[in-house]
Amino acid sequence: MTETGQDRRLAAVWRDARVVEVRHHGDRAVILRLDVPDRVIHRPGQHYVVRLRAEDGYTASRSYSAVSAPSDDVVELYVERVPDGEVSGFLAEVVEPGDLLECRGPIGRWFAWDGTTPALGVGGGSGVAPLVSMLRHGLDVGRPELLSLAVSARTAADLPYREELEAAGALVALSRAPGGFRLDAASIGAVADPGATAFVCGSTRFTLAMESHLLSAGQPTDSIRVERFGPTGDEEETDE
Amino acid sequence: MAITRGFTGRRRQAERDPRLPPGQYDVGRSWPVLTAEPTPRVDAERWSLAVDGLVANPTTWSLKDLRKLAGEASDTYRGDIHCVTTWSKLDTSFTGIALDRLLEIAQPLPAATHIVEESTTRYRTNLPLDDVTGGKAWIVWEHEGKPLSREHGGPVRMLVPHLYFWKSAKWISKITLLDHDEPGFWEVNGYHDRGDPWLEQRFDGD
Repeated sequence: MTETGQDRRLAAVWRDARVVEVRHHGDRAVILRLDVPDRVIHRPGQHYVVRLRAEDGYTASRSYSAVSAPSDDVVELYVERVPDGEVSGFLAEVVEPGDLLECRGPIGRWFAWDGTTPALGVGGGSGVAPLVSMLRHGLDVGRPELLSLAVSARTAADLPYREELEAAGALVALSRAPGGFRLDAASIGAVADPGATAFVCGSTRFTLAMESHLLSAGQPTDSIRVERFGPTGDEEETDE
Repeated sequence: MAITRGFTGRRRQAERDPRLPPGQYDVGRSWPVLTAEPTPRVDAERWSLAVDGLVANPTTWSLKDLRKLAGEASDTYRGDIHCVTTWSKLDTSFTGIALDRLLEIAQPLPAATHIVEESTTRYRTNLPLDDVTGGKAWIVWEHEGKPLSREHGGPVRMLVPHLYFWKSAKWISKITLLDHDEPGFWEVNGYHDRGDPWLEQRFDGD
């Protein structure tokens, strides 16, 4: 999965992807599966940009992490509905199988895992999306043991891909479920691994807390990669 | 490029705020945080900024030194900022010191054409010298009159508001002048070398 200069140039090209499947996750999110022509295979953790275009040329675009494994025939995106969100609202309410969506990607070479070295994924809420791509890829290449996962949300309903994460042995913390708990210094301390690259993804508040738990657990600073996620990464956003 | 079926856009082009570059939206009062690495705790008392490389007079300032130098009208920026992830924050203010005033002291050599900004986290970002001279860049420690928060780069960050915000290094600690371009962190990780929001220079290849 070495990325070449040519791959990067191809990835930057806008192309019209066909929507092959639309799955609604209540009114919280929509999962889109896209058939991308001349696709450049992504590395788990990378993202795509989706651009909506009106007849008068007005455009609006947002970035979404790929959830699918690189080996998947299509690219799966998890689109969390942002209150009043122009792009997420449209994707959830209007888009149907057969529609064309402009997209480009994969983008980002920092928050990406190639499935050959130990990794620890720590995700909050919709921040689990890129970690699920890593999980699927680890299984694909027969190295699931390289990836440890600790994920968190308020309740089971707030955690996308929960069954898949649980089946893979992820530590699942539900802070507001009966008998639930939070990812705190002790639980992060138990999964921290100085020899692994830590991929932390979630809201600003979540990622700041996880970074500090990881650092106190002895995870080296330069082994921690962070992706702020969720609506806009607002301070007001509070999923844990 | 295909028209998206059924999409009209919430804001018609005619009503769009002319301060918004193409593809950007207004975040209003909020200010999203984007960082690729753990957020450091930088002690303002021990923090310093060095300007080195191709300068006649390499200089290091403490925050106290900079506060003493600051205070002119040109040391405050009021205007807009734009993040490559498509948000813009309009009409916001930062106070610190104009970078021009520090370069006057450090005296760039004629051979200097580019800079690299470096943070305490070792995050780096590169720019042509022309993009940070002539009233285009600041070293700032206040936002809207309050100390800059840690997650937004406090105690002190760089501000280059005419370019996408990854060019404004948080927790800035060093500016090195060079006679060549030296791509920084995002620039080697798939993002554009310069990042002009009005030209939508987001990614490598734009």
